[in-house]
Order: sequence, then C-alpha cells, then structure tokens
Amino acid sequence: MAIWLTENSKIIVQGMTGGEGTKHTRRMLASGARVVGGVNARKAGTVHEGLPVFGTVKEAMEQTGADVSVVFVPPAFTKDAVKEAIDAEIPLVVVITEGVPVHDSTEFWAYAVEKGNKTRIIGPNCPGIASPGASNAGIIPADITTAGRIGLVSKSGTLTYQLMYELRDFGFSTAVGIGGDPVIGTTHIDALQAFQEDPGTDAIVMIGEIGGDAEERAAAYIEQHVTKPVVAYVAGFTAPEGKTMGHAGAIVSGSAGTAQAKKEALEKVGVRVGKTPSETARLMREIMQAR
Amino acid sequence: MDLFEHQAKELFADYGIPVPRGIVAHTVEEVRAAAEQLTGRVVVKAQVKTGGRGKAGGVKVADDAADAAEKATAILGMDIKGHTVHKVLVEEASAIAEEYYFSFLLDRANRTFLAICSAAGGMDIEEVAHSAPEKVAKVPVSALTGIDRAKAREIAVAGGLPEKSLDGAAELIEKLWCCFVDEDATLVEVNPMILSADGQVKALDGKVTLDDNASFRQQEHEALADKAAEDPLEAAAKEKDLNYVKLDGSVGIIGNGAGLVMSTLDVVAYAGEAFPGKPSPANFLDIGGGASAEVMAAGLEIILSDPDVKSIFVNVFGGITACDAVANGIVSAFKLLESRGEAVTHPLVVRLDGNNAQLGRQILADAALPRVELVDTMDDAAKRAAELAAVGA
Repeated sequence: MAIWLTENSKIIVQGMTGGEGTKHTRRMLASGARVVGGVNARKAGTVHEGLPVFGTVKEAMEQTGADVSVVFVPPAFTKDAVKEAIDAEIPLVVVITEGVPVHDSTEFWAYAVEKGNKTRIIGPNCPGIASPGASNAGIIPADITTAGRIGLVSKSGTLTYQLMYELRDFGFSTAVGIGGDPVIGTTHIDALQAFQEDPGTDAIVMIGEIGGDAEERAAAYIEQHVTKPVVAYVAGFTAPEGKTMGHAGAIVSGSAGTAQAKKEALEKVGVRVGKTPSETARLMREIMQAR
Repeated sequence: MDLFEHQAKELFADYGIPVPRGIVAHTVEEVRAAAEQLTGRVVVKAQVKTGGRGKAGGVKVADDAADAAEKATAILGMDIKGHTVHKVLVEEASAIAEEYYFSFLLDRANRTFLAICSAAGGMDIEEVAHSAPEKVAKVPVSALTGIDRAKAREIAVAGGLPEKSLDGAAELIEKLWCCFVDEDATLVEVNPMILSADGQVKALDGKVTLDDNASFRQQEHEALADKAAEDPLEAAAKEKDLNYVKLDGSVGIIGNGAGLVMSTLDVVAYAGEAFPGKPSPANFLDIGGGASAEVMAAGLEIILSDPDVKSIFVNVFGGITACDAVANGIVSAFKLLESRGEAVTHPLVVRLDGNNAQLGRQILADAALPRVELVDTMDDAAKRAAELAAVGA
C-alpha cells in the first residue's frame, strides 16, 4: 500500500519534450512507473520517447486515463501549467520546477482552493513522490531503496534520498518530497494524515528545515491525530540568521523558524528527533526492529 | 533581496505614492549640499538594511545645512546591529499630524497574502502588536482578486484609521498593492504611514523585499543589488553560478542538495565541539544534483581561495548522479586545478554514499590523489574533517 501514488497511477509529463522532462521521463519509465504521455501545445500529435504528446492536460487525460501529472516546465510557465492541470481536475499534480516566483505559487494555490481543491498539488521545487516497487512521479532515484512500511515526508531532496538509502533494508510505503519553498501545495500535515490512515505504513520519518513554522504546526497535529511512531530530523541548526541557504524558504528571521524551536516543538509531543541524518535512521531502525 | 529605504521610496514614487523629497549622500559634504538644496529643516537617515535605526540614533532631525552636516558626521560610519552606515538619506522634514502602520506580505502558513494596518504606527508597532493585538488589523488578501480602492478603504477602516485619513490611505494602499504585485515583492512595509499637517497621507519610511525567483521577469532589479556589501568570495561564486554562502569557520564544505549541505554544516559543527579551537564550517556550498567535474573544480577553487579554510569536506549522496560519476568529477577537478597551477594543498575528506558508492570509492582510491581521505559515513567524515582543521589551525 501507499499514499497518493500507486501501481495503478497513470502519469503524464507537462514539459516532457524539454531536457529535464526527457531525462526524467526515461528514468521514471525505467523504474517501472506507468508514464502514458506528455503535454506540449506546440508539439501535439508527435511522439516523444515512444509516448504520445498531447496539446492539453485535458486531452491527455481523456485519451490515456492519466490521473497524475509531473511538471517540468520552466519557472516562467509553471503557473499556467499548474492552472491548466487544476482546470482539467487531474487528481495529483507534482511540480518539480525550481525557482517559481512566490506570487505565482500563491496564485495557483488560491486557484486550486477556488476550484474546490480537486487537485492535490505537491511542490513546487520538490523531488516528487515515490512509492517504491509501485510507481515514481518525479526525480527521486528509484533504485536507492525498496518497498516497505515506512512513510517519509520531507522538505529536502537529498536528505530524503539519504534516509531512504540508510533504511533500504526496511523499505518505504511512500516517500513524499514536499519542497522547501515558502508556499507549497501539500504540507507535512497532509502527508502525516495520509500516512496515519494508510494501512501499509507502520511508522513515519519527517524531515524539516529552518524557516516558517510548518514543523511546529506538524507537531501540534501529531499530538492530536497521529498514533503511529514518528521520527524527525531538522536541518539548519548552525545556519546564520538572515542568510538564504539555497531554498527560498530556509531563511531564519528572529527566533521563530529556528531549527532549535522546531526540534523542541516536536520533542514536546513525543517525536524523537535525530541529531544527524544517520542518528535519525538509527532511531527509526529501533522502532521497526521492535515491531 | 532587501532594499535600502531610499530605493524603496524611489520605487514607491514610481507607483505614484507620495514620499518626502530626499537626496542620497555618502559624505558629510554631500549631506551639506543636499540639505542646502532641500532648504529648511531636514532629516538625516542612516541607510542600512536592518530595523531599529531610530532607537540606535541613526535618524536625526537637523535645523539647517550646518546642523545636518554635524548630525551626518555622527551617523556616517556608525554601526547598527552589525551594519556599517555607508550612506544616508537627507529628506525634507515632514510636519506629522498622525502616524500609522501599513504592510503587505506573504503569509506562508495560510498560503496567501496579508495586509497589516494599524492607526498605532511608529517605532513601537511591534510592542503594540504584542500588548494590544486588537489595534492591529490583519486582513487576508487573495492573489486572485487582489486590492481595489474599496477593499483598500475597508482595510484602513479595520486598522482604526480616522475618517479624515481614509481617502488618502485607501489611495496609498491601492498603489502599494500594485507595487507589491508588479515588482514581485514578498514584503512592502510603510512605517510610519503619516497624515501630514496639511492633510496628505504619505510614506515616511519604506521597507521592500523582492523575490529573487522572479529575476527572469524583473531584469531591472539587478541594478538594485548592493554589490559593495557582497562578500568577495560570494561574489566570485555567484559569477560561477555556484550556490555559496561564506561562514566564519575553518572547514570548507562541498555537498549536493541544499538540505544535505545544511545538514552537513550542523554535523561538522557538532563534531568540531570535541576538538581544540572548536572548528566549524567555513562555508555553505551546494553543487546541485549534477556534480560535474567542472562544477566540482569551480567549487574547490572557491574554497581553496578562502584563507580561513584548513580542511575540506566533500559530502555527496549519489542519487540522480551516481557516485562513480562524482568520483570521476573529483579526479578531473584535481587535474584541472593542477593544470592551472592551483594544486590542492589542504586535506580533503570525501564521503560518497548512495548509488555506485563502492565504485566511486574505488575510483578515488585508484587515483591516489594527494591529501584525499575516504571515510564511509557522514558522521565519521565530519569528525575527521573537523580534526584535520583543528590540527591545521
């Protein structure tokens, strides 16, 4: 079992014909994901990587039964691509694109809400979602881990891979990279809720980083609603105040949003927080071994 | 990117928002000339990208040009929260009847924009927000519908502004919204927004943060960057398109992925606590998922040119790019640097994990690069890098 992405998921790629789109469409296909087509208005009717290219998301859905779209289009076109996916009411859109202006992500989020939240948005600036052994929508390397019963939700790409790799002997139900931008679609809380309800998930790894208060809000949610064991890691204890470290969201300003504040909030509700990624993996290992 | 007050006000003026007449000055003589040109009472305001200027003595009223020059002598060169004052804004003094607060910003938690308005503006707005939150109106603003004159007026009413100020405030707020949207700002703040003695609503101060992600459609923003304040290493890294931040320790860090590198900084800082002098990270450097030889060489070059660096920790997780490709990148980077006469003189600790890690380690072992040590885990590699920095110090 898995959340949001299963072996039955049919994936289309918006921006499939571009460099990144082509590379990762190949990788998704190689990992066994059911990629069924691409979208590019200017190349509609052509075939790319052996897959049909459609003019619109709506047409691609009608022709292929696709229920997931992965977006690789450049930042300048991301807002329109996501709004098109929302208009087509595709159940899941995964926005990989990095460098989307925050006015654009705020606008497409407002648009999704106005349209009744029929489309789940993951990202932007995220590695995507992988349900090992079942499907893979995005750029998470499929071969670093195995299928299993740990759920993972993370703001960071490479830290996700690190944890998936260290815990590959236990394996994962689903790993969701939600992205580190200031405005994102799917949050830690959304993933925690889905993992709590998923019979295929026994325990949850949550990876956060400095900036905002998403981890603090996740801690409050865990206290109220999550009975499965949660282990967490927070990056950025030594990041200097006011400096941006690659992720637009990872900006520390004042006391709120510090790694220390996040760690304390999580520990207060019984979440074990690792000091390093490897220690976090060890904490999860102990939980899985005790089952 | 944060703007200086004078840049914010120039931007406001472009949108038709009333601001006092002002002139930027870098020397006492320029201040005197500016004050003479403006005539009458002026305000000399330190231009630094931090709050609390007024309380630090960085804003002074002067009666005439001579007085302005005297005030500027004290302000220029002053340190405000670690920011040195290199320039001041000389402005005509405004006759203030009332002071209000107004801002538009991004509300991350609710994924929307927010307008904040209060009739209790000025230096103590944070205190007011804390002790009397009912005096500070927080109004969500949809990215889809935005702000028109009527909505702007509603917000001004919610903030408790008096009737006599509503027309002027609504006009200013509507124009400020245009600035916020059209310039891709994540914050526009006016504190104080004043009602002048002659009944005009004006922006007496301005704070603007622009979204760097929007630079592809905001080409004129590049001219607003404060090149003088940039760290020379950071500027050099920017030229090479590297995601680099200078820190104050002695362990050079290279890794792939922002989260992993941020985590590496933490792990090195913890490990450093056990060694003499407590070595800590000298920088943040994310070479991204690709980690090609050229990028690796460019990264090593920047770190080697940092005189504070005593040891280097290369921390790579092979995901999209497998470890053998990264190892080949390191080997090529060494050759590339050697061919330029820039031999790697510092000890280099490399940790490779993930896809093809064994193969990658073998490539590095076979290459027998001088001063390169392979360590299997991130935690142990951090310890070794910190230890080498402590020895080298």
